[in-house]
Amino acid sequence: MTVAAPTKPKNLKLVYQRPESLVDSATHYCPGCTHGIAHRLVAEVLDEMGLREKTIGIAPVGCAVLAYEYFTFDGVEAAHGRAPAMATGIKRVLPDRVVFTYQGDGDLASIGMAEIMHAAARGERITVIFINNAIYGMTGGQMAPTTLPHQVTTSSPRGRDVATQGYPIRMAEILANLDGAAYIVRRSLHDATNIRKAKKAIRLAFEAQVRDLGFSMVELLSTCPTNWGMSPVEAMEWVRDNMVPTYPLGDYKVAPELQKLRV
Amino acid sequence: MTRELMKGNVAMAEAAIRAGLDAYFGYPITPQSELLEWMSKRMPEEGRVFLQAESEVAAINMVYGAACTGARVMTSTSGPGISLMAEGISYIAGTEVPAVIVDVVRGGPGLGNIAPSQGDYRQVAHGAGHGDFFPIVLAPSSVQEAVDLITEAFDLAEKYRTVVFIVADGSIGQMMEPVSLPEPRAIQREAPDWAVTGAEGRPRRTLTSLYLQPEEEEEVNLRLVRRWREAEANEIRYREYYLDDAEYVVMGFGTAGRVALSAVRAARAQGIRVGLFRPVSLRPFPYQAVRELAEKAKAFLVVEMNGGQMLDDVKAAAQGQVPIRFYGRMGGVVPFPDEVLDEIHALVSEPPTLDEDPRARWLDNMQRRMS
Amino acid sequence: MQTEILIAGFGGQGVLFAGQVLAYAAMDSGYEVTWFPSYGPEMRGGTANCTVIIADEEIGSPLVAHPQVLMALNAPSLDKFEPQVVPGGLIVANASLLNREVERDDVRAIILKANHIAEDLGDRRMANMVMLGALLTQLPVLTLEQVKTALKEHLPERKQYLLEANYRALDAGAAQAAELIV
Repeated sequence: MTVAAPTKPKNLKLVYQRPESLVDSATHYCPGCTHGIAHRLVAEVLDEMGLREKTIGIAPVGCAVLAYEYFTFDGVEAAHGRAPAMATGIKRVLPDRVVFTYQGDGDLASIGMAEIMHAAARGERITVIFINNAIYGMTGGQMAPTTLPHQVTTSSPRGRDVATQGYPIRMAEILANLDGAAYIVRRSLHDATNIRKAKKAIRLAFEAQVRDLGFSMVELLSTCPTNWGMSPVEAMEWVRDNMVPTYPLGDYKVAPELQKLRV
Repeated sequence: MTRELMKGNVAMAEAAIRAGLDAYFGYPITPQSELLEWMSKRMPEEGRVFLQAESEVAAINMVYGAACTGARVMTSTSGPGISLMAEGISYIAGTEVPAVIVDVVRGGPGLGNIAPSQGDYRQVAHGAGHGDFFPIVLAPSSVQEAVDLITEAFDLAEKYRTVVFIVADGSIGQMMEPVSLPEPRAIQREAPDWAVTGAEGRPRRTLTSLYLQPEEEEEVNLRLVRRWREAEANEIRYREYYLDDAEYVVMGFGTAGRVALSAVRAARAQGIRVGLFRPVSLRPFPYQAVRELAEKAKAFLVVEMNGGQMLDDVKAAAQGQVPIRFYGRMGGVVPFPDEVLDEIHALVSEPPTLDEDPRARWLDNMQRRMS
Repeated sequence: MQTEILIAGFGGQGVLFAGQVLAYAAMDSGYEVTWFPSYGPEMRGGTANCTVIIADEEIGSPLVAHPQVLMALNAPSLDKFEPQVVPGGLIVANASLLNREVERDDVRAIILKANHIAEDLGDRRMANMVMLGALLTQLPVLTLEQVKTALKEHLPERKQYLLEANYRALDAGAAQAAELIV
């Protein structure tokens, strides 16, 4: 996909443009969904690091199933939950490429729990972008492993009852306990400040990979206004008011080499 | 050529390495574990990829990922592992990337046991995963043949961009026989023009089995069928023994085939004009060759280490032209040649009729044997 | 022409190795050969057996219902497999671990105290080779010399120091066999 560079008017500084890693097209994501933001952050980081031509992205099963359509680097589409295994296969035969998975909460924390745990435990040199929006989006708003207690979904119509449906899973906290992990953080996409922090985290996650430090994951608290039954603004507020208290933002594991790094 | 005495599992592993294997991903399961163990030693020695996955589910998806880069890649397992891999196998087929899978079959269903069986015939030849696709399935009956077929399997997988199964029952995996190993091939090479390797100086490539538009999916399905027709035209493999003047034809693949060979020789020594037809490619199945034999023979005897899974393909090929008997041992029991010889004698002394139900007669006989 | 040998005993008695030695010798002598082990979930201490088939053409079944030769290293193996030996066949049994004679009168038998003989030679683990030496005196398809050569060729480097001990055990078994054959 090649697109003519925008012409730059005289005396004006170009401060914002579509990253080269991003395709110039509309996405299929719902209005107010944060997938678009997450895609853009990944694209900006890969551009800034000059990695576009070395990158292979792995799309999940979920709303981002077509994610590979929106990037200008190579991509594959994994079976539900298996992206970390597929990434392992790719990275092991092409160790000098940059390999990342982009996974939702059902994909990563439910059906793909074994694959993510073991990829992290092995310290696979891959980066995981984990979109946690506390619900199954693509299949129509069913309960996810990260659904909050009492949260109403189409498969927890009376609200998630922890006595019978269990508790939310905090993946960043779990994965940070594994020795193979080099960089595990949680960020949120609910406002500009947090989006900036999220981008920096994504940068450090890819730095962890290219510096051969180990497994890296950025968990991004995200919205699903459609299945939450909210406006985009309400959805952002709901992340801030409800998700952040359950899923505290922060650094859960940062390899010493990354702590010194200024990006 | 110098020969080495090798266990089937080890010989298959070494043959794959010599065929230019780039990466192996697997999970331990008896009776194939020596294959994985050999890989764990030899692949790092060669500077290639070995990884013991957390499960067969992960292993096949690692194979899938590596296959997308154009690497020569394989896994090995036994029936329960194939069940877990079914998902990934279907994705590999739908994405049209090549991979080789060795199934060292054990007794089943369920946990079953670890003894030699052919119970996975239908699973691999007729139902290796969801959706419309056609894996190539090859069944060796000796360690040498396993080595030869592994070598070929990678070329076939790449030629047809498909999954190739080697179906070896536990006895092929566990027995030792002399083998001549091929010379090591140079590891490939340039990545094929569909491989996902990073979009350096070229437009991006994507590999997926997702086609949301039914017409688009149908196009892929039709391409797979066309490719399969090509495989049917070119990749039929079987071995014939004493068939030139045979009135009776015994049919069996893999270990059942070689057990039958002993029985056929014994019957020949007694003057019975009987031969052996041993399918090597279970998919594509040699329908035409079986059909031609059906027109010449007085009767068929199908021998398997399962409940008559290939029998159904033989029946389909024979199209009612010849009476068919069946003899099977199940659950991990390997038949002795004497048992097959008894069945050959019965073919002569009580010839079957066209309307005889081979499975019914066999079940009755087994019932009598048990009681 | 096909020779079928069943070797059976406890796990750890070198049952599988004795079969492999025969298989190597057969291969090196230009024959077709299969070595087929019983394989089970137990790693040690259980029963073990292997079937070795030597032929001058493509081998059919890797297992036979009625082997021509049985080498039984312990009592349970003799109990289990004695009835299966083909009439006119050969049984080599380890008297050190038996409480009875061979009962069949339609087979030839060599009963020798393999453990004792091996202990006298200084290594009890060589009982399998003592038995094999005895067996080879009655096995037309392979000679003792061919088996010794195979051992030398195929014994791993780290085990080569055991070569002479293996030879002595084979010779001792062969020497005893001449006197014991019935």
